[in-house]
Amino acid sequence: MNAVATAVPAVLQDTGTVSTGETVLFWVIAPLMVIGALGLLFARRAVHAALSVVVVMVGLAFLYTALEAPFLGVAQVVVYTGAVMMLFLFVLMLVGVDASDAFVETLKGQRWIAVLGAAGLLLVLGGVVVQAVLPSAVGLEVANADTNPVGVARLIFSEFVFAFELTGALLITAALGALTLTHRQRLTRHVAQKETADHVMASLAETGRLTPLPAPGVYARHNAADVPALDPSGQPIAASVPRVLRIRGQERGVPDVDVREIVGRPEPSTVEPSAPEPGADEVGGPAGIEGGEQR
Amino acid sequence: MTLTSYLVLAVVLFVIGAATVLVRRNAIIAFMGVELMLNSANLAFVTFARWHGDLSGQVIAFFVMVVAAAEVVVGLAIIVSIFRTRRTASVDDASLLKR
Repeated sequence: MNAVATAVPAVLQDTGTVSTGETVLFWVIAPLMVIGALGLLFARRAVHAALSVVVVMVGLAFLYTALEAPFLGVAQVVVYTGAVMMLFLFVLMLVGVDASDAFVETLKGQRWIAVLGAAGLLLVLGGVVVQAVLPSAVGLEVANADTNPVGVARLIFSEFVFAFELTGALLITAALGALTLTHRQRLTRHVAQKETADHVMASLAETGRLTPLPAPGVYARHNAADVPALDPSGQPIAASVPRVLRIRGQERGVPDVDVREIVGRPEPSTVEPSAPEPGADEVGGPAGIEGGEQR
Repeated sequence: MTLTSYLVLAVVLFVIGAATVLVRRNAIIAFMGVELMLNSANLAFVTFARWHGDLSGQVIAFFVMVVAAAEVVVGLAIIVSIFRTRRTASVDDASLLKR
């Protein structure tokens, strides 16, 4: 922390102006931050907006350090860019990345009124800041004599100790609130592994199968999902092809595959491209088998 | 350059954040606008702390950070639960009270 504090020329001159190095730093970082903020305002995609806010947050950390607040600079990086913005990105991914804005105006002319209001706010606040008559700047050399974190800690644990305790309560409340808000009531009973096993055993007589269905396409040469597996006697197992393909009639038989692979013909025109009926009929047989697990 | 430049930057960031809240419909982006406003207020706090040679401003900025973190947690939880029930993150669509 000391190294950070000494690396930045953060001493105020007697006239209340900042050093040349800090001026350069400010004029490099401030435009970047404004561009980042405008990115938030204008970016179509929410992820771009979030990333431009990250730029602003990192810029603020630089400025805090320049403003003789290295503790806050570090806290800014950890709390905002590290925790808050990552939480934002996380929720963006959860909600859907392309959840971009609808550009339909629900309230008529709301956008222009908003722009007007923002311009007015800029005018008023900027006017106040520029016009205000303040005593000349003091600087934090005296207050930061024992390094900035120590000075801040002295204040937090003496004058602001009650507020500090309250923030602890606030954080716990927020965590509990987030838990309750995102908690989802279970609508059906939770089915554990043992109950699943018991169910399979109970329905054994009906399905005649204890194991999972065999995987499709276990030919030496072919592993497509629409080719059935062969049992030890060389017969195709219909249940190994996904149910959807069987119902659609897109299942391929053994001869189709073998002949085409050997002769080397291209493989258009499969068995029954547009005949769902025979496929559906085929399904009729092993329908009982697939009752347990569907693909 | 005097410290006023920092204040002007804080004002600009605050205004952009406010405009974001007013203009954007995506609840998450509007929420980021709120964060931007909080941060610009923090910048003003830190600047005034240096101006007056008093660390209280930095302590207040620290508390603002903590409160903002708590607020983000709860706000995003609300957005997620709204998205779960209504499948949308647009602030325009949450108008159940109107009907």
